[in-house]
Amino acid sequence: MYNGGKIIAGLVLFLGVLTYPFYSNMGRSIDQANPSLDTPVINQLEKKECVRPKEIMRTEHMKVLDDWRDAVVRDGKRDSMVLAGGVYEKSLQNGCMMCHSNKKKFCGECHGYAGVKPYCWDCHFAEGEKEEGLL
Amino acid sequence: MSMDRRKFLKIAGLAGVGLGLSGTNIIVRDTASASMESHTVSASATRLGLVIDVSKFKDEESYKNIIEACHSIHNVPTLIPEKNNPKNEVKWIWTDTYERTFPDQVNEYHPHSVKEQQFPLLCNHCDNPPCVRVCPTKATFKREDGIVAQDPHRCIGCRFCMAGCPYGSRSFNYVHPRPYIKNIDTSYPTRTIGVVEKCTLCVERLARGLEPACVEASNGAMVFGNLSDPESDVRKVLDKKFTLRRKPALGTMPSVFYVIGGDNHVG
Repeated sequence: MYNGGKIIAGLVLFLGVLTYPFYSNMGRSIDQANPSLDTPVINQLEKKECVRPKEIMRTEHMKVLDDWRDAVVRDGKRDSMVLAGGVYEKSLQNGCMMCHSNKKKFCGECHGYAGVKPYCWDCHFAEGEKEEGLL
Repeated sequence: MSMDRRKFLKIAGLAGVGLGLSGTNIIVRDTASASMESHTVSASATRLGLVIDVSKFKDEESYKNIIEACHSIHNVPTLIPEKNNPKNEVKWIWTDTYERTFPDQVNEYHPHSVKEQQFPLLCNHCDNPPCVRVCPTKATFKREDGIVAQDPHRCIGCRFCMAGCPYGSRSFNYVHPRPYIKNIDTSYPTRTIGVVEKCTLCVERLARGLEPACVEASNGAMVFGNLSDPESDVRKVLDKKFTLRRKPALGTMPSVFYVIGGDNHVG
């Protein structure tokens, strides 16, 4: 084989780089995402109920937000939802974030775990963001 | 590998432009025939609009009031003079001279007071909006109530709408706007770098039964209402006063009307 040494060395190097993510994470444990519901508003609720059941929100919250966005921005349908005595606006920053005022511990927990970076916060504000000096 | 919505729309938009170019001769023929027909005003039940009595803006303060009222609640950045580059400027409502407001109203004998007057300008919420026609992603669209709205989520920053708008009503975020917003109102979103923005006729206030912020701050110099309703406040003013619209020859049918030399009260 011509240049056999170089080829084999190159292949080993290539495989090493290719499998780097696997062996670099081997044996390392990653904490399970654990979004916190510990906020003043949620703690005061008698019945802790979101606009959709927890299981649906866990997997479909992005779809819910997308539907709201189309309804509010494009169709002007801003009707709010009444749930367990509370009135909720169809809005990320004036709805969701009013209860979930702990963006880092609620949204960030799973988004960080799953490695997704939603760009909602390029424009929208989270409750308390200004006070925390994140702007 | 994931592709977010904006990126997808950007690519789809570009592909659309490519397709469009390959069929240029068809488009040219279509627009030629379209411009021959004059636009007839839509027959919808609601067409929101404004009348502005310019004679009631007597000092700097009165202009500043309406601009501040709008820009402060909508998180509009002040990029001039901080970044002294005119193209960076973001404005929803602003002022300009008579000459630049009504360039087709040429008359060398107009009174000095009119020629030297500043005119409050904003999106005209046209009945036949060119910005809507050119938007490749339908980010800009006309609502049923006549408001020309923009969905920043869909905006890909192509700036066709800026080229399409004959009134300069649209601004592009060349820099990230947040550091340049004086007092951030956290109940309203900001925009981000790479999107176009403009006046929304305060849709979020209308939904709560309030008038647009500029109208509220104008001390009666601006009247807001439904142009399709003959009994509305705007129509009553329009019945009584001779009004001008900006660049009517372009056929965009603006919904913003100007009273030039009014009496003490518009209505």
